[in-house]
Amino acid sequence: MEQIWDQTYECMEREELEQLQLERLQATLNRAYKNVACYRNKFTGLGIVPEDVQSLSDLSKLPFTSKEDLRLNYPYGMFAVPLREVVRIHSSSGTTGKPTVVGYTKNDLKTWSNLVARFMTAAGVTHDDVVQIAFGYGLFTGAFGLHYGSETIGATVIPMSAGNTEKQIMIMQDYRTTTLVCTPTYAITLADKMEKMGIDPKSLTLKVGLFGGEPWSEAMRREIESRLCLSATDNYGLSEIIGPGVAGECPHKCGMHIFEDAFLPEIIDPETCQPLPPGSVGELVLTTLTKEAFPMIRYRTRDMTSLDYTKCTCGRTMVRMRKTMGRSDDMLIIKGVNVFPSQIEEVLVAVEGCEPHYQLVVDRVGALDVLEVRIEVTENIFFDEMKRQKAFLETVEKRIESVLGVGVTVRLVEPNSIPRQEGKASRVIDKRRI
Amino acid sequence: MLKIKNINSYYGKVHALKNVSLHLKQGEIVTLIGANGAGKTTLLNSLSAVIPTGSGELLFEGAPIMNLPPERIVRLGISQVPEGRQVFNPLSVADNLELGAYLRYRSREGKGEIAKDLDTVYALFPRLLERRKQAAGTLSGGEQQMLAIGRALMARPRLLLLDEPSMGLAPLVVQEIFRVLETLRSEKKTTILLVEQNARAALRLADRGYVLETGKVILEGSTSELLENKDVQRAYLGREKKEVWER
Repeated sequence: MEQIWDQTYECMEREELEQLQLERLQATLNRAYKNVACYRNKFTGLGIVPEDVQSLSDLSKLPFTSKEDLRLNYPYGMFAVPLREVVRIHSSSGTTGKPTVVGYTKNDLKTWSNLVARFMTAAGVTHDDVVQIAFGYGLFTGAFGLHYGSETIGATVIPMSAGNTEKQIMIMQDYRTTTLVCTPTYAITLADKMEKMGIDPKSLTLKVGLFGGEPWSEAMRREIESRLCLSATDNYGLSEIIGPGVAGECPHKCGMHIFEDAFLPEIIDPETCQPLPPGSVGELVLTTLTKEAFPMIRYRTRDMTSLDYTKCTCGRTMVRMRKTMGRSDDMLIIKGVNVFPSQIEEVLVAVEGCEPHYQLVVDRVGALDVLEVRIEVTENIFFDEMKRQKAFLETVEKRIESVLGVGVTVRLVEPNSIPRQEGKASRVIDKRRI
Repeated sequence: MLKIKNINSYYGKVHALKNVSLHLKQGEIVTLIGANGAGKTTLLNSLSAVIPTGSGELLFEGAPIMNLPPERIVRLGISQVPEGRQVFNPLSVADNLELGAYLRYRSREGKGEIAKDLDTVYALFPRLLERRKQAAGTLSGGEQQMLAIGRALMARPRLLLLDEPSMGLAPLVVQEIFRVLETLRSEKKTTILLVEQNARAALRLADRGYVLETGKVILEGSTSELLENKDVQRAYLGREKKEVWER
């Protein structure tokens, strides 16, 4: 029998679960409607009151919440409790400059810790493990989520934070790390470095890898597993909902169990916004059922996936979502950081004073994501002097980096060399194999 | 064991319960907390059909029980201990208890079983045994509460509904009564739905709780979660009183 952190909820019969979901949904709606003006106004606009939701399927009557709503209510407008009751703030990058701010009450942190403990346990982590967390600590939810989950399980946490690959490897060897937490691409960076340093992964004590923060393929999983000699598992989460802890894989690796007692998933057609039948591929929409500080009603995650309601052999009854298969918007995930082309565009407009023709080229060199910004030369930004030209490029690079939080290279290209097409797709070329 | 979906109840024109959904599992103690007029008693009265339920779904062990005659509901295994005890004052303690088994006299189980249950109640509340010949009206408030619970137990309920059992009682007596509830759960596997204004005591005893506010459920959670919740602390546990004006 494999380990299950919270048998009562994770293995709940569907009928029982649906009753609990309905109760929690109604309570969440009552609270959100009462305390968050944004929800109240949206509901009123559609002539809806919380009492109109009498079954789980009535959820589709409710309006969606998007990242735009969070931006409009920046920073604290979507909080359902006074700030005094919030004990933690996290944030993630937003579509147009302003980040998204999310808050947690004491109970939310406890709930979060337990949800992370669930998928960590499912991946095989126990209180005997030594967990090295190589996610960046800071405003992003990743590191703290896994940190609290590990402590809740009783495992030993090494809060390494991101970067400094050689030191990561040294600590991994010396402290006998058994569990690695990072982005999948960083796992490959670690493997590359070890190869260069002549370290045999078999000489390490790694057992489990918990990789998240960006989409990755089965091919990458095989590569990581063979090169680091560990069981590589995927998990899913986003800060708007709670951070990591929305869903995670069990040892059967056949999809990530969404913790449905805490989150209500739907799949919609991103074009028509209509709910799709179970099994279809579409955009994942999530509603929180237990969050106090930051309830989210029908939040459009923009992640494309599908749901599998068939029973999993692990004994958990919770629905499984497939690995995410891209985005329904133009967001790019570069080194685990969310990047929107519009953010770059804004910087370029600010620097140049007019809308430039640009193209973003994302590639993976070794295991590292690199982002190149190609700009067509115009009168405004053409300088005779090499020195001034170079200085200009550096300024743009720095500005973009400070907005995105990731480094980029900026290159000037011939006028009219970037194909003119309708739609945003032509603005982005993603050469990575994901 | 008990499943409630979207029930609505009215007191005249007052919409007292708005779309309330909740459930109880076998053997659980669940508490319902909320301010005066939040709809707690209405919910219990709807369950026991003392008042009619407007709409919704009430399932007890899978079978619909909404608006059945109250005596049918008692026979199915749900007994209510009403607010303010409501014992039969002129009758003796023993008579009050036997009336609790009223529906069972004509059944086939025979008087032996009823006598056995009477002994069980006396074992739970030795004070009632001491005063079994005394008129119920002459008992103290705490004793009357014990009697009211004992009377409900005489119907052999599998689900016990308790309405404010601690009301007007001294803390020591409350402790004693809550201890008996704990015993009922552990020894008789009785499922209990407890309505309380004494939120702290109720949350200490129960496994889960629901918070009602103006006829709506605004929170569901384990009792440890509810104890940590600031709204619950402020409104029902008397903490942070000074800051209430801020919102």
